[in-house]
Amino acid sequence: MPVTVKTFASFGEAASALSSDRGARYLGGGTLVMRALNEGDISISTVVRATDQALTRIDVASSRVTIGAGVTFARILAERELAFLHAPARSIGGPAVRNMGTVGGNLFASSPYGDFTVALLALDATVSVQGGLGARDMPIEEFLQSRERQSGALVLAVSCQRPASADAFRYRKIARIKPKGGSVITLAAHLPSSGGRISGARIALGSMAATQIRARAAERALEGRSLDDAAINAAAAVAAEGVSPTDNALGSAWYRREIVGVHLRRLLSGLE
Amino acid sequence: MTKTPLQFRHNGRDVALFVDGGVNLLVALRELIGDMTPKFGCGQGGCGACGVLIDGELHLSCLTLAETVNGRTVETLDGLKDGPNLHPLQRAFMEQFAAQCGYCTPGMLMAAKALLDRNPSPTRAEVIEAISGNICRCTGYEPIINAVLAAATGGRARA
Repeated sequence: MPVTVKTFASFGEAASALSSDRGARYLGGGTLVMRALNEGDISISTVVRATDQALTRIDVASSRVTIGAGVTFARILAERELAFLHAPARSIGGPAVRNMGTVGGNLFASSPYGDFTVALLALDATVSVQGGLGARDMPIEEFLQSRERQSGALVLAVSCQRPASADAFRYRKIARIKPKGGSVITLAAHLPSSGGRISGARIALGSMAATQIRARAAERALEGRSLDDAAINAAAAVAAEGVSPTDNALGSAWYRREIVGVHLRRLLSGLE
Repeated sequence: MTKTPLQFRHNGRDVALFVDGGVNLLVALRELIGDMTPKFGCGQGGCGACGVLIDGELHLSCLTLAETVNGRTVETLDGLKDGPNLHPLQRAFMEQFAAQCGYCTPGMLMAAKALLDRNPSPTRAEVIEAISGNICRCTGYEPIINAVLAAATGGRARA
């Protein structure tokens, strides 16, 4: 069924068009919206696009990096200053999907996709959104909890603090097909430490609930401790607390609960 | 529903057409231009059979809104050969028995071309990565990987 395509030069106009039409969806790289159109999704009557260069900007000048919502994973991989995000970017799709898929779109990708968002959740990213009432920044956790209501808002950019060291941020995607495949579980951990003790750990999980979630019990188990075997075992033991995975062709909910602790232990131990 | 005018360069030739809103590039290429080399596999971005190069970059034509290629360059498998002469990748695929049913072959060749255009002598691991978005249900991939390596500069793999 044909849809109306509206292309705007500025993101402000695109945001207005998006917020005033319930049947409108924003088209970024196309890997989600075109897929829905190809499947005959009749809830989409209008496709909104913006050619605004502001959406494809990367700012790495300070300790806080800002990535425009329209930045593709291929561009992240080409940016040396974003090396800490290369592992999550590389874990997505094949080369064609990485040439198309965007950071902003990934925020809306449901399980078993949305791996990059797992990394952003562990890094406590901020999502800049332009809605009908103007622009605002919100913590990624709040964004994800209200994701179903966000389709009328336009994501402009995400930003996050650089991890203090390469070792302080870890990412791991468990897939059955290598190098490309849907996620059985995706894990990311940001482990800032001061004086050898973990302080403010954030652990994020993908494919373990309706949206990407934090493993708060595991985070608490690490707090104030050094990253030794005892702390890692304590975190791994409670990794499945609060998760609500579902069955799909890649793995059952039971299997995901059984192995999340195993993979969290490997992630924290730095094992391959 | 109004149609949108669209012009782009298709395998070295300028084309102009009108498309319905929401039409993907694969449909525009096959049904409006008559280039049947890109294939419809899944329509979801999972198989790579519809792969084409847009401004030299590998894209999935089934997930590309046709009107977004306005003014750009689109290369498909149909433009790979030079008159009667096959492209080195096509010859290598033939010699290495890299095609069985042939359905994935257009996407495989375009993914391989995207790789060799920027990396003329890839490693085996780089070839595997380059075709990781393309599904083949016949060959088991090994002959395809070998063909891409054979077509690469001097046909020598760097292991």
